[in-house]
Amino acid sequence: MTFDQILFYVFSFWFIASSLAMIFSRNAAKAVLFLILSFFSAASIWILLEAEFLAITLILVYVGAVMVLFLFVIKMLNIDKSTLRAKFAGYLPLGLIVAAIIIAEMTLVLGGNQFGLDVVAAPARHAADYSNITVLAMQLYTTYVYPFELAAVLLLIAIIAAITLVHRNELNRKKQSISEQVNVQAKDRVRLVSINSPNKENK
Amino acid sequence: MMNTFQFDTALLLVALPEIFLLSSIVVILLVDLFLTKGFKQVTYYLTQFSLFITGLLAFNLIGHPETVIFSNSFVLDNMASVFKVFMMGATMVAMVYSRHYLTQHSLFRGEYFVLVLLSVLGMMVMVSGYSLLTLYLGLEILSLSLYTLIAIARERSGAIEAALKYFVLGAIASGLLLYGMSMIYGISGSLNISEISAFASDANLGSRETLIINFGLVFLVIGIAFKLGAVPFHMWVPDVYQGSPTSVTMFLSTVPKIAAVAMLVRILIDGLGAMHPYWSDLFMVLALLSIALGSVVALMQTNIKRMLAYSTISHVGFIMLGFVTGVVTGYGAATFYVLVYVFMSLAAFGIIILLNKKGFEADQISDYKGLSKHSPWFALMMLIVILSMAGVPPMLGFYSKFFILQQLVSAGFVTIAIIAVVFAVISAYYYLQIIKSMYFEDSEKEIVVSAPMDMKLILSINAILILVIGLFPDFWMKLALSLF
Repeated sequence: MTFDQILFYVFSFWFIASSLAMIFSRNAAKAVLFLILSFFSAASIWILLEAEFLAITLILVYVGAVMVLFLFVIKMLNIDKSTLRAKFAGYLPLGLIVAAIIIAEMTLVLGGNQFGLDVVAAPARHAADYSNITVLAMQLYTTYVYPFELAAVLLLIAIIAAITLVHRNELNRKKQSISEQVNVQAKDRVRLVSINSPNKENK
Repeated sequence: MMNTFQFDTALLLVALPEIFLLSSIVVILLVDLFLTKGFKQVTYYLTQFSLFITGLLAFNLIGHPETVIFSNSFVLDNMASVFKVFMMGATMVAMVYSRHYLTQHSLFRGEYFVLVLLSVLGMMVMVSGYSLLTLYLGLEILSLSLYTLIAIARERSGAIEAALKYFVLGAIASGLLLYGMSMIYGISGSLNISEISAFASDANLGSRETLIINFGLVFLVIGIAFKLGAVPFHMWVPDVYQGSPTSVTMFLSTVPKIAAVAMLVRILIDGLGAMHPYWSDLFMVLALLSIALGSVVALMQTNIKRMLAYSTISHVGFIMLGFVTGVVTGYGAATFYVLVYVFMSLAAFGIIILLNKKGFEADQISDYKGLSKHSPWFALMMLIVILSMAGVPPMLGFYSKFFILQQLVSAGFVTIAIIAVVFAVISAYYYLQIIKSMYFEDSEKEIVVSAPMDMKLILSINAILILVIGLFPDFWMKLALSLF
């Protein structure tokens, strides 16, 4: 076994183990941390495949930004776990059966018989001066320029959608109205109410 | 590899409609920002104007020789151009109707129009998509805009539920579609439709390749069926139709169907046409289930939007039957059907919107009681639309069904044609229910038609054309046939 293979098995083990731990973890914050570990292992496997740029992007974008955001969201939302788990036991048997069938079918179609090393050759190693980021950039801005622009449109829609759904009207905004502040008068701020005290009348 | 990249700006001209539309979206987005309250109508007129120009540009490209640009990811052929022109026309009509609804229910906002335009852009990308990647991106542009459009009426009961349901199920469908695409990519080694087609139609395709293509194919068919709303992937349709604002329901039940059919043609016929024997069986089951369920369940509905949702499901069944035949004329019949369906559905939802008032949705079948007394003209229009949907000659809807059944019979699917006819007859019952309540029942409630003149005019033309084109359908049938 070469050193590469040992690394591959180590990273794969952590990848699978942390993914499973993420699914079965009862604590949402812990699940996010396990997800970070699984992203990290996936990134390591990508580095073994000589896709350094993608690996670094995965860590920077997903671990650095998306997962941190996830943690914030989880901390801010008060998720009631009992309602989430209420029907879990009821769905479990059916879910297990479906999952088992899917796994069986997928191993039949996608297993070693179809995609093993004897059928599909292992990717060849690149030369020492191979630069992943150059190749990626060349592809992205030439061959894939149209999908790239479409992805930009998709992001524009995401921005418009988020603003449309969250920003409703002027009433919801905490905005300073300077003219109102300048024109304010004492009677607007303090209201004098005369109260008939029942105790006084009794005296 | 690095020096072989060729780029010719003249080739960009074939993508001119898309480029123009995207530019005008950005302009409208910015203009809307600076409009004061009294001038919000400007956004509407700008939207109509840009749709019109885009349609004109697409119309100019009809007859252009088939061109593939952007490194094989964008195709311009007659089908793409004709579909684009139809989509622009249908969207313009939908916007005329929407304006009345939006002002009545105080939803008139610039973002609404921008999102509609963006979804139209997504559909144009789908129609012209020539690689799995662009098809998928177009679909996502379309879906993301639609999710937002549904949720735009946040205060409305059911709108958020509808949006969320559509979002979650749409995400699952996209996932399935992507999974299928990745299988096809994995085995054929290409995202490009023509290369996939060359791979799939290779005579000495091994059993391993066939197996994996089929595996991907199942997911692709499921993803497409989800988007079309075919049974058993129809669960979202009635709830989304009912929960969305009626103008959004109208939009999402019409124009995106053209795009979905275009995507179906690109992937399953242009790309995997050689695999037709495999996917046509799946389609047959989906189509028959859709026709049966759509016809029977609609009988129980009291909400007209829900009823139209089930009617859509059965129409989708008919469209899919056209693709089962496996012959070019069958595909033409399906295309004709989807264009006719869009036309009818626009008019049907147009009438619902016509009767809308502030605080009154006109979405119950009982709301149409006595329409013939209060507004005989629009009752007549509704009558034409409903008869056409039921498939009564000489309305347009009859010819679209007839054309499909004719192709089915000549391709040898006689039993299936008979089953489809039987369910079409059953479905006539619920269509007649609306006619019954319009003409033979009376209501104490006064029905006032308060829509602006332009909407009344367009709606009348829309409905009358269903009758007129129904009398002379030759040209449109030939047009639909010429696309394949």
